[in-house]
Amino acid sequence: MAAIIQTQGLTRRYGRQTAVEQLDLEVQEGEIFGFLGPNGAGKTTTILMLLGLTEPSAGSARVLGYDPVRDPLPIKRQVGYLPENVGFYDDLTGRENLRYIADLNGIPEPEATEKIESALRTVGLADEGDKLVGAYSRGMRQRLGIAELLVKDPRLLILDEPTLGLDPDGTNKMLDLIRDLNRSRGITVMLSSHLLDQVQRICHRVGIMIKGRLVALGTIEELARRKGADSGRPVLEEIYMRYFREA
Amino acid sequence: MWTICRKELADHFSSTRFLLLFCLIFMVALVAAYMAVENVHKALEGFPKSSHVFLMMFTTPGKFFSLVQFVAFFGPLLGIIMGFDAINRERHLRTLGKLLSQPIFRDAVINGKFLAGVITVTLVMVSLLLLLTGMGLVTLGVVPGWEEIARLAVYLIISIAYISFWLGLAILFSIVFRSLATSALASVALWIFFSFFMGFVADMAADTLRPVYNRRDVEQVVANDRLAHAFSLVSPVVLYGEATGPILDPFQRSAGSLLVITPMEAFSLERFRGPLPLDQSMFIVWPHIVLMMALTLICFGIGYVTFLRQEIRTV
Repeated sequence: MAAIIQTQGLTRRYGRQTAVEQLDLEVQEGEIFGFLGPNGAGKTTTILMLLGLTEPSAGSARVLGYDPVRDPLPIKRQVGYLPENVGFYDDLTGRENLRYIADLNGIPEPEATEKIESALRTVGLADEGDKLVGAYSRGMRQRLGIAELLVKDPRLLILDEPTLGLDPDGTNKMLDLIRDLNRSRGITVMLSSHLLDQVQRICHRVGIMIKGRLVALGTIEELARRKGADSGRPVLEEIYMRYFREA
Repeated sequence: MWTICRKELADHFSSTRFLLLFCLIFMVALVAAYMAVENVHKALEGFPKSSHVFLMMFTTPGKFFSLVQFVAFFGPLLGIIMGFDAINRERHLRTLGKLLSQPIFRDAVINGKFLAGVITVTLVMVSLLLLLTGMGLVTLGVVPGWEEIARLAVYLIISIAYISFWLGLAILFSIVFRSLATSALASVALWIFFSFFMGFVADMAADTLRPVYNRRDVEQVVANDRLAHAFSLVSPVVLYGEATGPILDPFQRSAGSLLVITPMEAFSLERFRGPLPLDQSMFIVWPHIVLMMALTLICFGIGYVTFLRQEIRTV
């Protein structure tokens, strides 16, 4: 397995405040990586730096072998990024929103329609594709967000709080979808969240970030062993709380 | 960039506010042109036909204002309406982060939006001028000569540059201000300031720097007036008015005039002066045109740089 994301000493300061400090992170191809941490821990900033949307103050990153600062376009072509609370053009239909994304990615015509239809089917919105997005429910919007990423056939998905604000049923559907994309298409997934039981359910490996620092990295079992947590049901929560208290 | 431009164009033409403004402009323009035509008829009674009757349709005031004044006044509104929410609407809808994570350069977003605006303005102005020309042909019964058509074309280009300035300004505000209402208000405030208050401000500044102690002292009056004029040129509204004047009125020999002359006096004066050829008229307003283009570019340039450097965090 090769590293698909690799950062070395990645740092981002805003004035005197340090949002991300000396981050060394590796995400392997084919895994689902859970990026954990409380709100404001620097998860989103890290993601933005990986996509070249924010410049690091120090350190470097490589995504799919490219440097996001110098070479963001090939990264953006192959990485699907779902921002937290993603928005759509509400006065367009779901299909039209997808069409715009396909156009922006320069996907030519017969192929684009095919990809849009298959993406809508995958996320279960094929029947709702011609409704205005303004009329979509929260869960539907979130699934449309995933469909937008699938249109460009990504190798890597970066999902920022993909289940935020979804009801239990919507959450389950979303998690199943993510797991399925990873298994059947071999897409690497990096997802940030602060909802621990969900992360525990689908992630192979996790990293815990607190106050801009990566305090733990490994599989859940490894972390549990390291912290001597009971191997009961909410393992991750216990590990997390121990790190959180120490920080 | 063309993808973004195309989507923005579609947005402009399907948006209610644009259609409303478009209808309003068309109706007012038609009414103004109709009244102007009436007045041209009246003014020309008893005179031998002047060589540039057709252009008079655009410069003769009807009941309230001439067509040129109307565009000078309402053109900015068109630019502002299309630009004030260009970037912050994307922020508001939370689509900006998504848009920028597509494989496009960041400047394609702002270039595409500006270009779509300019194309829309061009379409509006061209259709407006064609419509009025057609109406002039029917009601005045005068066929415009080649020179008049050329003058109208130059006028068209200046007008597009003028409205593009306001478009660029509105886009700049949409980048700087997060809230839609703030950026709209800021653009409108500047528009009102430049349209109505710039004259007072220029006069005040001139009176402070070069006061006139004696109304009979010609040198003092001229120095004061020159300074006030220089100040007022900061306003694109003034620039536009002075640039279009000589273009549409071949008899006008300078961009601005110190002397106040009544229309009758002007008319009798004109009979002793020949009309200027187009290239001479162009020569008079060349600095104005360059200055206006520069203002437009500066405005867009500031917006461009600000946008490229801005953090895109939607928090």
